[in-house]
Amino acid sequence: MSYVPLTETGRRDMLSTVGVSSVDELFTDVPRQYRYPHIELPPPLSEMEVLRELQRLSETNADLQHIVSFLGAGAYQHFLPSVVNHITARSEFCTAYTPYQAEISQGTLQAMFEYQSMICALTGMEVANASHYDGATALAEGVLMAYNVLRGQRHKAILSPAIHPEYRAVVRTYVQGLDIEIVADDALANDTRLPERIDDDTFCVAVQNPNFFGELQDMDALRALAEAAHARRALLIVVGYPIALALLQPPGAYGCDIAVGEAQPLGNALNYGGPYIGYFACRQQHVHKMAGRLVGQTVDVGGKRGFVLTLSAREQHIKRERATSNICTNQALCALACAVYMSSLGPAGLRRVAELCYHKAHYLARGIAQLRGYDMVTSRPFFNEFVIRCPMPVRDINATLLRHGIIGGLDLSQVGQDLGPDRWTDREMLLCATEVHTRRMLDQMIHALEQAS
Amino acid sequence: MQFDPTCRYLPTHEWVRVLGDEAVIGISDYAQSELNDVVYVELPEVGDAVEKGEEFGSVESVKAASELYAPVSGEVIAVNQDLETLPELVNQSPFGQGWMIRMKLMALGELEELLDVEAYRALCEQG
Amino acid sequence: MMQAASEPLIFELSSPGRSGCSLPELDVPPADIPQDMLRHDLPLPEVSEIDVVRHYVRLSQLNHAVDIGFYPLGSCTMKYNPKVNDAAAQLSGFVHTHPYQPADTTQGNLCLLYELQQALCAISGFDAVALQPAAGAQGELAGVLIIRAYHQAHADQRRKVILIPDSAHGTNPASTAMCGYQTVEIKSDARGNVDLEDLRAHCSHGVVGMMLTNPNTLGLFDEHVCEVAEMVHRCGGLMYGDGANLNAIMGIVRPADLGFDVMHFNLHKTFSTPHGGGGPGAGPVGVTARLAEYLPGPVVVRAAAPAPDSSDPQDAGRRFELHWPEHTVGRVKSFYGNFAVLVRAYTYIRMLGADGLREVSQAAVLNANYLRCKLQSTYRLAVDRTCMHEFVLAGPPPDARGVHTIDIAKRLIDLGHSHPPTVYFPLIVPEALMIEPTETESQETLDQFAADMIQIAAEAQADPQLLLDAPHHTPVRRLDEVRAARQPVVRYEAQPTKEEHGEPAHHR
Repeated sequence: MSYVPLTETGRRDMLSTVGVSSVDELFTDVPRQYRYPHIELPPPLSEMEVLRELQRLSETNADLQHIVSFLGAGAYQHFLPSVVNHITARSEFCTAYTPYQAEISQGTLQAMFEYQSMICALTGMEVANASHYDGATALAEGVLMAYNVLRGQRHKAILSPAIHPEYRAVVRTYVQGLDIEIVADDALANDTRLPERIDDDTFCVAVQNPNFFGELQDMDALRALAEAAHARRALLIVVGYPIALALLQPPGAYGCDIAVGEAQPLGNALNYGGPYIGYFACRQQHVHKMAGRLVGQTVDVGGKRGFVLTLSAREQHIKRERATSNICTNQALCALACAVYMSSLGPAGLRRVAELCYHKAHYLARGIAQLRGYDMVTSRPFFNEFVIRCPMPVRDINATLLRHGIIGGLDLSQVGQDLGPDRWTDREMLLCATEVHTRRMLDQMIHALEQAS
Repeated sequence: MQFDPTCRYLPTHEWVRVLGDEAVIGISDYAQSELNDVVYVELPEVGDAVEKGEEFGSVESVKAASELYAPVSGEVIAVNQDLETLPELVNQSPFGQGWMIRMKLMALGELEELLDVEAYRALCEQG
Repeated sequence: MMQAASEPLIFELSSPGRSGCSLPELDVPPADIPQDMLRHDLPLPEVSEIDVVRHYVRLSQLNHAVDIGFYPLGSCTMKYNPKVNDAAAQLSGFVHTHPYQPADTTQGNLCLLYELQQALCAISGFDAVALQPAAGAQGELAGVLIIRAYHQAHADQRRKVILIPDSAHGTNPASTAMCGYQTVEIKSDARGNVDLEDLRAHCSHGVVGMMLTNPNTLGLFDEHVCEVAEMVHRCGGLMYGDGANLNAIMGIVRPADLGFDVMHFNLHKTFSTPHGGGGPGAGPVGVTARLAEYLPGPVVVRAAAPAPDSSDPQDAGRRFELHWPEHTVGRVKSFYGNFAVLVRAYTYIRMLGADGLREVSQAAVLNANYLRCKLQSTYRLAVDRTCMHEFVLAGPPPDARGVHTIDIAKRLIDLGHSHPPTVYFPLIVPEALMIEPTETESQETLDQFAADMIQIAAEAQADPQLLLDAPHHTPVRRLDEVRAARQPVVRYEAQPTKEEHGEPAHHR
């Protein structure tokens, strides 16, 4: 089954219109010696067989609907209201293309405008684009944007070591061909000393709040960092967690210039790491330097409100080699899921999700802190993730937990391999709790940790 | 199609008008008509040093973006702030209110290398 | 199908106190929250579930989509998206897995990724594939970084230039610039091929490589593609293939055989994953053996050792794990790639098999040539040659009075059968119309499209105003893009009165 509706009669008729006797004649420009290679693939399957095969594969995984997990670290389990998939599954949304012909794409365009508006509300920033591939690439694009706002005349980007290690790795990938130096994220660096590192060759300083370890930054420290950056005309980039933003002061309130982060928690399932969606918001004054699709409001010839892709001259299809980014797409369907999720929950619901996450994580932390052999490493206020030190290697604790049907938190010695050895030993675990964790699950985890030691 | 005789031109359609040791720079009527509706002009900052032939900014329409090249070398002493809110001035009055930057000149000799209005008009009529 | 009235913004449907979702009660004692960190207002809409559903369903009805009608966008491959792909991607065991779960608990995922890597290698002739890039443009960036890494590893710092045909997509020079290289444009000849003389003149030891789309953006298979590759290789450069047009050649020829060293795939084009209104897609990158060490990571490999709790040495071959290529250019995004998109592409490939994929390309090319033949006497072809899966028309018919390609596009919308083709690309053809029917369209659909285009050609001569004012019947008509760019309004701001927009304050 190849979804080709061509019949034998149809083929003959069409070949005759084209004036050839076989389809082979259409490929005479293909070098003869390379034509019709053998392609080694498994034999084709019917729909029933392929589904059975995919089902079999999916069932060899540990499905988090059936097993409890305390993993976070950039990908979060949140409850998705049923309306989200109901809307994103609609043919008109998922089988539409990029809205270049605006008159027949108002659905996508208006939904993206609404998404942009909601991201502005959440981050407290003035403009937001229609999304990047994920939080990591949004940060990389933010760094490139800041470089361009300072017109390529400065070369240092300060990245806090408490930003997700994969995000910092992606930034490094993106800047490796450019005259940009990443500083200050060495493993032993201290976040509180960041303001000291800002000099006249710095074009941006980036922090994450809550950071990779779940810690919440002190408000005064954040405001001071913004001031220190601005005093040297550098830009402040803040990587956020959108659920936390429903409860806590948004970056726009403390001097942020570019707000980025992973919007997966807003209505997108875990999906083994993708597709996710990077939110990106900035100040109005910098909008012409912002990469990525942007939907704007306008009117039609009759004066009726409508929406179009706008400021396209920023983008690669016009700027070409002068574009600041080659990005050509956004994560439209994921952004739609975010918009539906945020509409469905509303400000009160979103705040409630954030509170549930906060209180459940703190309950779990308190329970673990009381166990013999376990210590809380996290000393600052945290949102819904925290680090504990275990009495034996995390690898062994997690193996035991798994035998009891629990997936434990992240073994910190395993991440950051992108950037070489980190300061964590093999005993530190990063745990996460969200609104999906019932008290019973939390109690089970505390008990299981006790048993495992 | 307007061709201002008080200006000298680059083949890339920038004009320069000299007053003493200062120069005003913009793009020609021909350029704005090719671009169609200008939606945004990116300009340098006051204090920037610009070399002749160097890019000093860009002008954007809905479907196109064009670099702006300096006809002469100098230091930017003013930029047309009105273009931020009224980029259409470039279309409406390319030699007047649509001016882009004013510079303090470094080398008056550079003007000789530019096209005069007749040479520029001829260039436009050719292509 | 299309609504008459336009739809308010979700913010305009808001009413204080409404909510669309229920959440459980807090079942643990609350902890203190630092007061100075709290925010005090969050201006998101307050609506009920019924409002959310009606609003977004009504919005959806304002879109054209592949599931509604023909969508012949050149270079986008808007083929039918099989629903079994969605069913597979929505299996709970795929959806509910966390990227950091222990490998032993995600062997299904890792096996799927491994097999997809292998399948893409088989189809393209490359030796190794990385699935991580989220889109074609990201695959391109990875590809150029790979070439850069190769030259750096060979201590070749003098190379600074990438050769790109004048017909190339804008992402090509943009990706080049992002890697710190310069672009040099190579002309196309009268038959739409890379101009060999121009290429020869630019091949030097300063060349990093060449980026080539084949078939190209004119829909043509380069008649000298092997020679082009040889020339570039001879001066020490590498060949990057933009795989956007792979739909024309699956099972017909493998890009690696033609001399490409690295290529990106567009799974949302060739491999039928839905476009989603602009994403998510996936842009895996494939390389020849000597470049495999530079691939972005991590990639999936067969495990070297069996599972710790297994006594069967055979188990090693059936286990999969993540692996970092030795001299990787690095990560291009978090985690492993757009997994749910990869599941869809995998499902498609498993259903079709090698013969099915060949059938796809043969039908795609036949459909395009059929349509070309039906239109070539009314319109001018950009290049009069057998095309591949798409072809380019050089604007409105010669006798059309004062109408442009954009007007043809808008009038097509009026006729209601199809989305317009790609317009104004490639840039080397003024007023270009790029038409790609794909293999999933029937002869009847193609005949209807040809009839529409011929009708519009007649209208362009007899009554051009009909085109200039089009579309007439859509919920919104032509939009003021100049205003949108001059006065960017990119987010909702509560207005004092709604009369400014001519819209009622609340949905009835």
